[in-house]
Amino acid sequence: METINTLQEFMLHTKNITYVLMVVALLGITGFWLFLTERDDD
Amino acid sequence: MSEDTATMGKPTLSPFNIVAGVILLVGGILTILRFTQGLDAVTNLSDYNPWGIWIGFDLLVGVALAAGGFVTSAAVYLFGMKHYHAAVRPAILTGFLGYALVVLALHYDVGRPWRLPYPFIMQRGTTSLLFEVAACVALYLTVLFIEFSPAALEWLGLKRARSIVLKLTILLTIFGVVLSTLHQSSLGALFLIAPSKLHPLWYTPYLPVYFFVTAVIAGLSMVIFESTLSHRFFSHKMDAAHLAEKDTVPLGFGKAAAFVLAGYFIIKVIGISAGNTWHYLATGYGAWYLVEVLGFVALPAFLYAVGVRDKNITLIRWTAAWTVLGIVVNRFNICLVAFNWHLPASERYFPHWMEIGISVFIVTLGIVIYRFIVTRMPVLYEHPDYDAH
Amino acid sequence: MSLSRRKFLGWIGAAGMTAAAGRKASAATTHHFEGYPESMAVLHDTTFCIGCRRCEGACNTVNELPAPEVPFTDLNVLEKQRRTTSKAYTVVNQKPGNASGPLFVKNQCNHCLEPACASACFVNAFTKTKEGAVVYDASVCVGCRYCMIACPFEIPTYEYDSAFSPRIMKCTMCHPRVLEGKLPGCVESCPTEALIFGKRDDLLNIARQRITRRPNNYVDHIYGEREMGGTSWLYLSGMPFETIGMRMDLGVTPAPELTAGALGAVPMVVGIWPVLLTGIYAMSKRKEKIAAEEKAQALATALADADAQATAKMDAAMEKAKQEKATAIEKAVKEALEAEAKARAEIEAEAEAAAAAPPQEAPDEDDKDD
Repeated sequence: METINTLQEFMLHTKNITYVLMVVALLGITGFWLFLTERDDD
Repeated sequence: MSEDTATMGKPTLSPFNIVAGVILLVGGILTILRFTQGLDAVTNLSDYNPWGIWIGFDLLVGVALAAGGFVTSAAVYLFGMKHYHAAVRPAILTGFLGYALVVLALHYDVGRPWRLPYPFIMQRGTTSLLFEVAACVALYLTVLFIEFSPAALEWLGLKRARSIVLKLTILLTIFGVVLSTLHQSSLGALFLIAPSKLHPLWYTPYLPVYFFVTAVIAGLSMVIFESTLSHRFFSHKMDAAHLAEKDTVPLGFGKAAAFVLAGYFIIKVIGISAGNTWHYLATGYGAWYLVEVLGFVALPAFLYAVGVRDKNITLIRWTAAWTVLGIVVNRFNICLVAFNWHLPASERYFPHWMEIGISVFIVTLGIVIYRFIVTRMPVLYEHPDYDAH
Repeated sequence: MSLSRRKFLGWIGAAGMTAAAGRKASAATTHHFEGYPESMAVLHDTTFCIGCRRCEGACNTVNELPAPEVPFTDLNVLEKQRRTTSKAYTVVNQKPGNASGPLFVKNQCNHCLEPACASACFVNAFTKTKEGAVVYDASVCVGCRYCMIACPFEIPTYEYDSAFSPRIMKCTMCHPRVLEGKLPGCVESCPTEALIFGKRDDLLNIARQRITRRPNNYVDHIYGEREMGGTSWLYLSGMPFETIGMRMDLGVTPAPELTAGALGAVPMVVGIWPVLLTGIYAMSKRKEKIAAEEKAQALATALADADAQATAKMDAAMEKAKQEKATAIEKAVKEALEAEAKARAEIEAEAEAAAAAPPQEAPDEDDKDD
């Protein structure tokens, strides 16, 4: 198991994941909104 | 209409065309010089001053002034201010052109412009605020393109495609606001990494907040400013709805700008207090800082308010122009004037005339393209075949 | 291959947090990082520097930089304050010093433990190696020059004169040579003990010992121990560091921490803004809907009112018509009756006169006239 030794590496590692999560989040929240309002009358 | 047909038909030797033609010609020569001889041949950039006016003006000011698109579309589509509907298309168009020109200007500034997609396709430097800016600008340019496309599709008569895009309006608007919030603020956050180079009056952890709030102010003021110019030069292209907005847009947007400016003034003072940089106000840089905060924030807030109270459209319009100038002053201060303040005068940057030439060239290009589009596509009027949506 | 594996894990991490757990921070709870253990560094003891410029010459040779305008043996250039350029990774500057003569300071990349250039680079072209060097990869560089903005020591330089392949140029701490087991060019060429290469921890100890042993010769500060989170180039000086051109106001905050707050706000905006904006949209839409409904209702009420009014008017008219008709009928009946009575009287009279033969048409004719 590799170890993170610098803050810079830690930031790079976590931000890489964060950016992927942000894309997933934007798509997900859009889909969830559609699911939520699908049966609305208007 | 006779003037219109003249501009629509073969090019004539109107003063505008002559001036624009000369600028575009000189710009073309400078462009060749830049891309064959390198940055050294046309700029005063140095190892101490890696960023000049192509970043300070073309990127920072350009992006801030193009904020009218997201401000207007959010007001109309999300906040339900339907009565400003006619203002959306011109604002989206100027936003789109603004961002497109920002990206064009970046091709001049970066050393190897053909590598601009590298942050996305080669290696992602996700710890960089510039990565954030690049990703958001790229995405937002796409969003603006889609948001503007109905006008082009109406012009081309593609009804199916147009109706598909219109269904996405709300989604695109929300996306636009999210992306704008992010990259407008991140442009300010770019400077957070250099506390030792930016003057303490301008360096504050609130920089991203300041940049976002000033972008809203810039967006509101630019809509007023642009509508002033459009009513002067393109009123023959406008339909009743746009002509009717001649006064309502300055009043409504001026009122909003006045209040946002007031809030911005408050957080600027809080920034000084939080950084405990009061004593710098007594220095030369402090005087210049006060000019910025009192002359370009407090003063326009007051003038906007007077204009709105008295329904003085002329005053509101002049204040809008003054506020836009204030945004330029603010961005220049952070990127150029207060940056590297610790260096001796001999090492400081002043733009080469050719750098200014390229910037003028790019702005001119924007005006020419704007004119081309509004004289052809349904921007300042509703297309007769389509309902107001 | 560790880099690609690391990146792979980074991207896959989003799919499942188990993969993300594959990387362990040395002290994840506090997010405090000590840097690579056993990493190498250079100690520059300025009190030993004689300003011979041999380090500059060696640097130029090992890095295959273009020949200088003035040969490295010419020491007159020392008096003019110089900085690193795209053609010189290191420069030695002469400082006024004290009674015992001028001082000399070598300037080059300090190889930060937490490099600002690496934090700022949007293509991740800079890497802090475990050997200690901060190295740059020109093959991905776009040339935005944000690293030059970010560097607190103003070290990275740019090949502004190159139209097609400009690069950032800066000291590599002779990373390729170090990997081969050699000394950095400048250290190898130094005729005095002004430059020592070794493990950073060892060098810090040596520096401390020198200060302790000869406190009159040194200011009690090891420059680079904590500046900007610490650097792999350490300095000792006999004069306050400001007087030899080194900034003491840089602070000890590592560069990535300066932007951590702003970077941390980004996913919060992405997460919460759509919720807030959709909420505002939904509220304004609902308001619109209610307004539309109220309008419709008001319209309906108005219509109903109008209807009722119309009906009433109609009724009144009908009533009037009816009454008129009734009056007319009454009148007609009365007239008819009168006519009949009259007729009957005539008939009776006739009958009396002419006996029998009853009349039938006369009353009908009267009705028609009416």
